[in-house]
Amino acid sequence: MKLVVGIVRPEKANDVLEALYRAQVRGVSMSRVQGHGGELERVETYRGTTVQMGLAEKVRFEIAVSDEFVQPTVDALCEGARTGAVGDGKIFVLPLDQAVRIRTGETDHGAVTPVDK
Amino acid sequence: MSPLALLAASSGIDTGDTAWMLMATALVLMMTPALGLFYAGLVRSKNTLNTFMMCVGAIAVAMVTWALVGYSLAFDGTGSLIGGLSYAGLHGVDFAPREGTTIPHLVFMAFQATFCIITVALVSGAVVERMRFGAFLVFAALWSVCVYAVLAHWAFGGGWLQANGTLDFAGGVPVEMGSGFSALAAALVVGARKDYGRQALLPHNAVYVLLGAGLLWFGWFGFNGGSGFSTGNPSVLAFTNTLLTPACTLVVWFALDLLRGRKVTAIGAATAIVVGCVAITPAGGFISPGWAMLLGGLAALPSYAIIVWRTRTRVDETLDVLAAHGMAGFFGILFIGFFAQLSWNGVSDGLFYGNAAQLGDQALAALAGPTYAFVATFLLLKLIGAVTPLRASEHEEALGMDVVQHGEEAYVTGEGAILVLPPDGGAVGVPVADPG
Repeated sequence: MKLVVGIVRPEKANDVLEALYRAQVRGVSMSRVQGHGGELERVETYRGTTVQMGLAEKVRFEIAVSDEFVQPTVDALCEGARTGAVGDGKIFVLPLDQAVRIRTGETDHGAVTPVDK
Repeated sequence: MSPLALLAASSGIDTGDTAWMLMATALVLMMTPALGLFYAGLVRSKNTLNTFMMCVGAIAVAMVTWALVGYSLAFDGTGSLIGGLSYAGLHGVDFAPREGTTIPHLVFMAFQATFCIITVALVSGAVVERMRFGAFLVFAALWSVCVYAVLAHWAFGGGWLQANGTLDFAGGVPVEMGSGFSALAAALVVGARKDYGRQALLPHNAVYVLLGAGLLWFGWFGFNGGSGFSTGNPSVLAFTNTLLTPACTLVVWFALDLLRGRKVTAIGAATAIVVGCVAITPAGGFISPGWAMLLGGLAALPSYAIIVWRTRTRVDETLDVLAAHGMAGFFGILFIGFFAQLSWNGVSDGLFYGNAAQLGDQALAALAGPTYAFVATFLLLKLIGAVTPLRASEHEEALGMDVVQHGEEAYVTGEGAILVLPPDGGAVGVPVADPG
């Protein structure tokens, strides 16, 4: 059981969601974050005040998956988020100690597997 | 009597009319930033400033071209297709009354300038979120002269439509159909946004949209109420109709929204206000308040239908200028042909009052105006596109036009922003309090 964290361009967020959906990954949270990862800094000017924007808007996906879903999830993130230019983002895969589905109290594998109705 | 007072009395200027027209001019100019707000709310947040700036750019460019040649081509002489150049550079446009009015020529010119400006700004709604700002400014300059000034001459400046008897009170032909059908051509030449039809591209701030529509309506009292160039009956009628018609459009739009989606929508309401104001624009001073209310209700139907139809096509006429302006203007122009009433307007009756010829004159304008606007805009943009790219690259479109075209963001947070100091470290001799 792993937690996959993907930090991607905001304009690619919809493509990532599509790719995850195709890979049958259903449980996702996303949040807007700001980050810096070696891409060129944008210069903006406001009434004569010139600033370098050191942080870029990114979207952070957090996806808890059972072990057999780790690779498909990583592949989907790469496929959806890649443009080939600097600033496409990063993926981190972290070990996950425990997961609980609040509604039923199911833990671990049961908690990260989507319910089929 | 002193010579100066004698001059004023014999000049033919009416102070009351002039005072109202000065006010009306300011009201119409305000409509362009109001449109900027309306449009900015309808786009995604990363394109807010660029969308607003297209309206500001229209003020910059169209005012200059209007003063240089546009006004002269529209309002000098009674040539059938185009005016002359004797007012070029505002030569001879001064304090004497404009022929046929009781207001100074300068005020007349300024009032008409604000019409040209807002019409140019309206067209931008078709190409927001992807057209390059520079290319838009070039387009705005050429369009204001080649399309707006020509249509304004036809309808108001003594051109063939006016000579033929077409009634157009405040710009159904040049402003509303002119912008609406040009917008369709512009959308076809520039092409759809890269994500159009693939992703949901949603309005980012409905409050801007409602506020913009409200300010547009407020400004429209100057637009329609000023188009009689006086404080006389036609202006009073048009002013009051500008209150009645959009209210009726709102009521019908609410009903249509309820029928289709079981909810009355805010952005629908904002659209309805614009549609109602547009519909009464050509007809304002020609139809009775009762017919104006009917016009408002009926005008909602074709515009609503076009919006529903357009979003199912591949035509990314992004902010529905064709539906809100082209279609409602078309409807208003034809409506005059049916319900114009001599006892209210002192000019002509429509079909309903026994004068079928008026409907013919209106139908001619409803055919000629859109045709010229569409064809001329199509060719103009093809020409500009052959010289300079019309749209930003896909990568730039993804980043957003605010950062790419203007180097600014609408909702900048300042986190992570590093001040770039001048090479000498910022020591420019400004005394700073010593914290010690």
